Amino acid sequence: MSEILVLVEHVDGEVKKVTLELLTLARSLGAPAAVWAGPGYSETARARLAEYGAEKVYVAGDQEIVDYVVVPKAELLAQLVAGKSPAAVLVAATAEGKEIAGRLAVKTDSGVLTDVVGLGAGFVADQSIFGGGVNVRSRVTKGTPIVAVRPNSTAPQAAAGAAEEEQVSVTLSDAARAARVVERVKQEKGARPELTEAAIVVSGGRGVGSAENFAIIEKLADSLGAAVGASRAATDAGWYPHQFQVGQTGKTVSPQLYIATGISGAIQHRAGMQTAKTIIAINKDSEAPIFELADFGVVGDLFQVVPQLTEEIEKRK
Amino acid sequence: MNIVVCVKQVPDTATERKLRSDDKTLDREAADGVVNELDEYAVEEALRLKEAHGGEVTVLTMGPDKAADTIRKALAMGADKAVHVTDEALHGSDALSTSYAMAQTLKKIGFDLVILGSESTDARTGVLAAMLAERLGVPQLTLANKVDVAGSSITIQRVTDYGFDRVEATLPAVVSVVEKINEPRYPSFKGIMAAKKKPVAKFGLAEAEIAADQVGLGGAWSEVAEFAAAPPRAAGTVVKDEGDGGAKTAEFLAAKKFI
Repeated sequence: MSEILVLVEHVDGEVKKVTLELLTLARSLGAPAAVWAGPGYSETARARLAEYGAEKVYVAGDQEIVDYVVVPKAELLAQLVAGKSPAAVLVAATAEGKEIAGRLAVKTDSGVLTDVVGLGAGFVADQSIFGGGVNVRSRVTKGTPIVAVRPNSTAPQAAAGAAEEEQVSVTLSDAARAARVVERVKQEKGARPELTEAAIVVSGGRGVGSAENFAIIEKLADSLGAAVGASRAATDAGWYPHQFQVGQTGKTVSPQLYIATGISGAIQHRAGMQTAKTIIAINKDSEAPIFELADFGVVGDLFQVVPQLTEEIEKRK
Repeated sequence: MNIVVCVKQVPDTATERKLRSDDKTLDREAADGVVNELDEYAVEEALRLKEAHGGEVTVLTMGPDKAADTIRKALAMGADKAVHVTDEALHGSDALSTSYAMAQTLKKIGFDLVILGSESTDARTGVLAAMLAERLGVPQLTLANKVDVAGSSITIQRVTDYGFDRVEATLPAVVSVVEKINEPRYPSFKGIMAAKKKPVAKFGLAEAEIAADQVGLGGAWSEVAEFAAAPPRAAGTVVKDEGDGGAKTAEFLAAKKFI
């Protein structure tokens, strides 16, 4: 079976969930070969990749790979594409993942598909465009298919792989050293999962009314182990930081469960969450368009409904 | 400083957006064209950099004739001149083809700084800035929510999942900006009038030295095999809160095994 490269997303040496999803997806189309870029690789990481079916693990552990923006990872993958002739390359469709995919496509003279939500035989990809209004099937017609897959598109399933380790040394070009990361600033986000990766997202909108009131949204999120999102109305009002905005000009999320509270559901917001598997809406306006999407909706005051919901969830734990 | 700001005309999200049934490309007639919102932040950032450091702001767009509206808006905001890359042969270009055509044009017109929105609201691939940097062989300073230039050095704050990275490079460079890096100005009446007299150069394939086999539907690296309107979501249950809305929601979550 031909090899499929999967770029590993990792933080503090731990493999992120989206990588387990990508390995699961790759297994259905070929032999997954995980690519570890940067420091932090360990036997624990190898075991995790093996558990989800990696047949090989290419490790390029140089610190330099993460000292510069995007290019070193693209050069590493380009080197592997040239040397291993994989059938395809999968990366997570995060902002950086897509940039890596874009540069890799140029380097290898290959086509690239972004925000893919499903991948089948012949690497025919499913995409959901125009805010979820149109479903597209597309394919790469030149070179090695480079596919950026949206987190939460596949349920990760364990299936042991050999995870045979191979150290790779990458020769960085001068161009790779052109944009240097001189400082990393970590902002407080607590123990919540990342918005784009989270299986459950609880979002607040105009109806939340103030920054202080977001505490009740956060409480509900924490009871579910969820990430917190916000509509543009809420971020524009300064009630919640911009990086948590879900929508057309913010983050796109595709969680198992999306709970929209005090959000009317304008098209710009729907563009960022419409591919969620299950949607719950809580809004006092029964005419709000968000109810058209909702699998379950409550017409009511979120300040009554949300705390009661949080309490019920805590009771059932 | 010679700043080139790339803008894209996109279909208005508020109107119905669709693909053409004949060649599966964006139906530009079906929807109103507007300036890609994230590019407005790029125009504003370009104008602020010019105001602080001097120089000139050139607007660059690629698209059919009606994309000229997008150029006019950027000129009315204060840009000095524009280049409109337009050629029937570009129709159907994918991100790789588009980045190639834009890079060829940028090499032709020259730049110290290229600045654009981090993605477009129609295709949303988020790859163009990275591809331009790759093709032009200049530093990639993307996803910026802050840009500082001092002489020939440039520093940005690159938005990340955990906060931001401070990234340094030397000009020339490609910068992409995220929402809310600034507050884009509205064109003034004076600006709108002045825009009418500003030069707009039209480039076809020949002027920009774009090879025909690298662009358009035929030159693209990927293709849409098929598409269909997304099936409507199955109608859900909507209840009115009678003091038990939270409890009922919890029951729904339990039935779906979320709790």
